[in-house]
Amino acid sequence: MLGAYFDFIRIRFLTMLAYRVNYYSGILIYTLNIGVNYFTWRAIYGDGESLGGFTGAQMTTYVAVSWMARAFYFNNLDREISTDIRDGSIAIQFIRPYNYVLVKMMQGLGEGLFRFMMLMIPGMLIAILLFPVQLPTEPSAWAGFLVMLFFSFLISSQINIITGLSAFFVENNEGMMRMKRVVVDLFSGLIVPITLFPDWLSSVLKVLPFQAITYLPGSVFTGRVQGVGIWNVLGIQVIWFLILLIPIVWLNHAARQRLFVQGG
Amino acid sequence: MYYLGLLIEYLKNYMKTRLTYRADFWVEVISDLLFQATNFIFILVIFMHTDSLGGWNQNEVVFVYGFFMVPFGVFSCFVNMWGFSERYIVKGEMDRILTRPAHNLFQIFLENVDPPSLFGSIIGLIIMAISGSNLGLPFEWWTLPMLILLTLSAVAIYTGIYTTLTSLSFYSDAPTGILPLMYNIQTYGRYPVTIYNRAIQVLLTWIIPFAFVGIYPAALFLHRDEMRTMALLTPLVGVVFLSIGLMAWSFGVKRYKGAGS
Repeated sequence: MLGAYFDFIRIRFLTMLAYRVNYYSGILIYTLNIGVNYFTWRAIYGDGESLGGFTGAQMTTYVAVSWMARAFYFNNLDREISTDIRDGSIAIQFIRPYNYVLVKMMQGLGEGLFRFMMLMIPGMLIAILLFPVQLPTEPSAWAGFLVMLFFSFLISSQINIITGLSAFFVENNEGMMRMKRVVVDLFSGLIVPITLFPDWLSSVLKVLPFQAITYLPGSVFTGRVQGVGIWNVLGIQVIWFLILLIPIVWLNHAARQRLFVQGG
Repeated sequence: MYYLGLLIEYLKNYMKTRLTYRADFWVEVISDLLFQATNFIFILVIFMHTDSLGGWNQNEVVFVYGFFMVPFGVFSCFVNMWGFSERYIVKGEMDRILTRPAHNLFQIFLENVDPPSLFGSIIGLIIMAISGSNLGLPFEWWTLPMLILLTLSAVAIYTGIYTTLTSLSFYSDAPTGILPLMYNIQTYGRYPVTIYNRAIQVLLTWIIPFAFVGIYPAALFLHRDEMRTMALLTPLVGVVFLSIGLMAWSFGVKRYKGAGS
């Protein structure tokens, strides 16, 4: 049974591989994103030494690693699920002998593995060549970062799944999907590190799951969080992973009761 | 006239479809504005930590941002190519378009009109008015005609770029992932381009000229003389890039053979 789920990872990976040419442009554009952010931040720093506890060098590293992490964890599970719901093919998927949500997660993982190898690693190498990125020297930072990156993927995909499944209740969730994308990019700390927000906002963001996607792994990678601190931030991610399982299980259950096919 | 009639018919149709998903209409307006708000928040956060960005103060950067929103709203309303490849090529809808009398690109624009985007333009105008009055900008006789001309030019630039990119889907059978990423890059044209290094400046000015939809035209209203020439070049760039887009499109359509399924 478990083997079937692994096949979903493998098949998605191979599907992505068939379309890999698209990803060469992706590398270019992610690098460009990092470049533009890098210059913007350099202009903001001017002669200043540090902003919100970030030195200029840390900020460069943070920007690079955040965009590259996004290259890995980003996927369109929300869109896939809501398309399944809207064209009715979810009815068939529900009666198949597997767990629909788990299958989506596995497909997302297959895509993530592909993105990790074809987009994130080459993109990171280019970014290191072009910009003054400081790589961490401590093995614990590397290990911590990789584990946290995996949790970034899990949490980001969970949020996508919740957004996708919401199509059961609002029929057309196009707006919600767009809103989710914006909220995740802004509140995860991709665009602005959370410590730079005004105090009231950053204290709100500290109790939301989004920081676990970009800000926390980025903090470990730039060395702002070290040693025992890594366990703490990892703990936050694990807790959010567990909390987000609850709405998914509930939505999945409620969806089976509510399923009606719109002209499928 | 024929095309105007079509536009009105499609807008009516749009209203009917929209009324089916009434709540979603507002969610979409809000999510559009929220998307704009992220960039706006970015500017506000930046200026909490610094006084000037490459020699431009907060009100000036906010003004540029306001201008940027105006053509972008118009563009998103009338020229929405998002998901073209999946909808028209993969699902074969292009065949239907090509068998109809009206121009194929125009039909695609019509089928995807998105009036809620115009809210962004309105907000943009309000932002311009507020930051403009903070700066004490004079309202000259040419302000309004210039605003219209530059907005139309910027819309032409957007249309040119996105039509070119979308017509790539006639050549490759895979759905292209370039469009969403381009949406990220276009926002960089709002910042004073002088802060970037030479390569990015050239890229944003001449290759994917997003500087012409934000900073250059806005500089004209801000009386930033160093960018006046560039601002006045905007209509020309608009014409050039729109032509490139239309040419790439018609080449692509000629090459189109229909999907297998």
